[in-house]
Amino acid sequence: MSQPSETQGAWDPSYNFAFLDEQTKRMIRRAILKAVAIPGYQAPFASREMPMPYGWGTGGIQVTAGVIGPDDVLKVIDQGSDDTTNAISIRKFFVRTTGVRTTESTGDASIIQTRHRIPESPLREDQILVYQVPIPEPLRFLEPRETETRQMHALEDYGLMHVKLYEDIARHGHIATSYAYPVKVAGRYVMDPSPTPKFDNPKMDRCPALQLFGAGREKRIYAIPPYTEVKSLDFDDYPFELPTWDAACALCGDTHSFLDEVILDDAGGRMFVCSDTDHCRERRANGHVGPAAAAAPFETMSAAP
Amino acid sequence: MTTMLKIEQVAKTFTLHVQGGVEISVFQGLDLTVDAGECVVLSGGSGVGKSTLMRMIDANYVCPSGRILVRHDEDWVDMASAHPHQIIEVRRRTIAYVSQFLRVVPRVATLDIVSEPLRAVGVDAEEARARAAGLLQRLRIPESLWSLSPITFSGGEQQRVNIARGFILGRPVMLLDEPTASLDAANREVVLDLIREARNRGAAIVGIFHDADIRDAVSTRAFEMAHYARQAA
Amino acid sequence: MIGAAQPILQADDVAHYYGRHRGCEHVSFDLFPGEVMGVVGESGSGKSTLLSTLYGRLTPTAGRVTCRTRTDESVDIHTISEPERRLLMRVDWAFVHQNPRDGLRMNVSAGANVGERLMAVGERHYGDIRSKAIDWLERVEVDAERIDDLPATYSGGMQQRLQIARNLVTGPRLIFMDEPTGGLDVSVQARLLDLLRGLVTDLGLSAIVVTHDLAVVRLLAHRLLVMRKGRVVESGLTDQVLDDPQHPYSQLLVSSILRT
Repeated sequence: MSQPSETQGAWDPSYNFAFLDEQTKRMIRRAILKAVAIPGYQAPFASREMPMPYGWGTGGIQVTAGVIGPDDVLKVIDQGSDDTTNAISIRKFFVRTTGVRTTESTGDASIIQTRHRIPESPLREDQILVYQVPIPEPLRFLEPRETETRQMHALEDYGLMHVKLYEDIARHGHIATSYAYPVKVAGRYVMDPSPTPKFDNPKMDRCPALQLFGAGREKRIYAIPPYTEVKSLDFDDYPFELPTWDAACALCGDTHSFLDEVILDDAGGRMFVCSDTDHCRERRANGHVGPAAAAAPFETMSAAP
Repeated sequence: MTTMLKIEQVAKTFTLHVQGGVEISVFQGLDLTVDAGECVVLSGGSGVGKSTLMRMIDANYVCPSGRILVRHDEDWVDMASAHPHQIIEVRRRTIAYVSQFLRVVPRVATLDIVSEPLRAVGVDAEEARARAAGLLQRLRIPESLWSLSPITFSGGEQQRVNIARGFILGRPVMLLDEPTASLDAANREVVLDLIREARNRGAAIVGIFHDADIRDAVSTRAFEMAHYARQAA
Repeated sequence: MIGAAQPILQADDVAHYYGRHRGCEHVSFDLFPGEVMGVVGESGSGKSTLLSTLYGRLTPTAGRVTCRTRTDESVDIHTISEPERRLLMRVDWAFVHQNPRDGLRMNVSAGANVGERLMAVGERHYGDIRSKAIDWLERVEVDAERIDDLPATYSGGMQQRLQIARNLVTGPRLIFMDEPTGGLDVSVQARLLDLLRGLVTDLGLSAIVVTHDLAVVRLLAHRLLVMRKGRVVESGLTDQVLDDPQHPYSQLLVSSILRT
């Protein structure tokens, strides 16, 4: 079983600290300040060309580059996991351009850049959660005109958001939107929480950590300041509901975390495991055991580096 | 007797712009007063403007000079100068205009067409339809036709639907333009009765009747239009 | 009752110019509660420009358009704030486009189309919204079974009726119609006209109907504006204008149609 790796890498001095030049970082910080001042509002920023394709987190990386300092400890997760290609690449990028320490432990990190998940363990005031956002505009599904959606935000004209939820109920009998579930921030702006599962929505509400959202291709930054009210939209007779699983995590036995389905073989064999790998590892380290924890094949897999 | 209608120094000229601006003078200096309970029959040959005058009283035609005063509740409304919404009000409650020609919305059932004037003054649907049914029965429109639009009816049937619509609400001023033109004897009798009843309840009636028998049966006074024809210079 | 109240809409010497080109000018009228006004004229006569200016979509080059809200306030629709204007548009006013695709959301179901205005004014009970949508579909003679179908699967006449339901669900008092029967078959037109007439009468709506079809205004409108080259050449009671037109252009217009 691997322990949380904490590494102190070497900063390649041919790069400016955090890759971006100082003026660009200041521009991004100004956009962040504006976003923090107007919770949920999509502040435009001059997104830069990054040394990776759009969709790999260019928005999140620029936000992280804007806020990171030499003393920070960085954690990067992708779908809850610290060890996907994307997460590793981004971590390496920052190690090389800043030399900061990195970690897989949620509790040890001061900045967590994430794609599509919020860590299971509660965040603290001294932490920043940076989301990678593909499409920041929650209204776009029904109103493709950017000029019009901006007006709608400005005028708090959000009936359309409920049209989408209405369609869900009419078609599926319940609100079937299960990720990127729209929220209202501080009672004012409707916001797309990026494609996180709606399971994570309650974690955004009154979260002690600062939450920053960066959309590189769309050139938008938005934010939820600490302890801000974040409410998931719903109907009086179809209230927001959290998804539940019949299964517990096969490895750590947790019944309250977000589970991924893992296909084991071609014969329909499958199991559910925590999507948050750090959370799962920590639980197992504390002696929690899931029904499949002793299964040999998986033990070999998880022991791999 | 209460005066219901006062026509003062009315003249009418048609200018046909599409035909080189030809002017057709119909009449001038026309005065006519009609009291409640009177049935004034307009007379005169073809072209003296009998129908034109009727239409002017209803404000269907423009009245370019003079006044056409209609007693509407306790007020006098000049149909020559009233605002459209006032005219609509007068037509809704005071003037009934019955012509030979039925003009209706396609698809609307006969019963609804006939009861509509009652609905427009606030009679509830149930009662309005019941009264319409009674009148249609009296005018011998077969019940099987009531739910159909009159557009496909025969000329005589259409005319009777029109009469029913005109008489259903006892409006105090009635304009009857050849209401019996294409009716058979039995139906004509019914219409005569309706006219007499209207007169007896105090309606002021202005009518055009081609048929001398009918004229004699309902008329209280004849009004000769030819006197007002503009003399050729 | 017509005439008993203050005008619901007042146009005071309204003009709109496209640069130096005259769209419409010198248009003044009062529209009263329950009154339906037709605007007729050939293509290019400025009737659609006038409608857009009255509705607030175009800014008048001169003059003003005042409307009375349901709270009985008199507001200049071109100077009120955008939130007020939007509220007015979805609570007090309605607009029926010639092409239903311009007035419907084609990518959501019929029910969502009807419910949108309700949700926009804050209704948050799915069951209530749905039952109101069903009620309105029935009132415009659309089978309630089809509430979850996309408008694209509807016929042209049904789409137009759906557009009307979507507009009337919040109980507006003034409805703007731009060639409402324009793209429809004759038989479908008659049905729609009849429906519109019934709704206008039953709900006591005021309406402004722009059309080149004189049969439409004869059935729907109490009075008419005849427009030519951006100006009103004649106005008055509908049947008076159609049966005894005074202006040479009105006479031409009336004499050009086939009698029915």
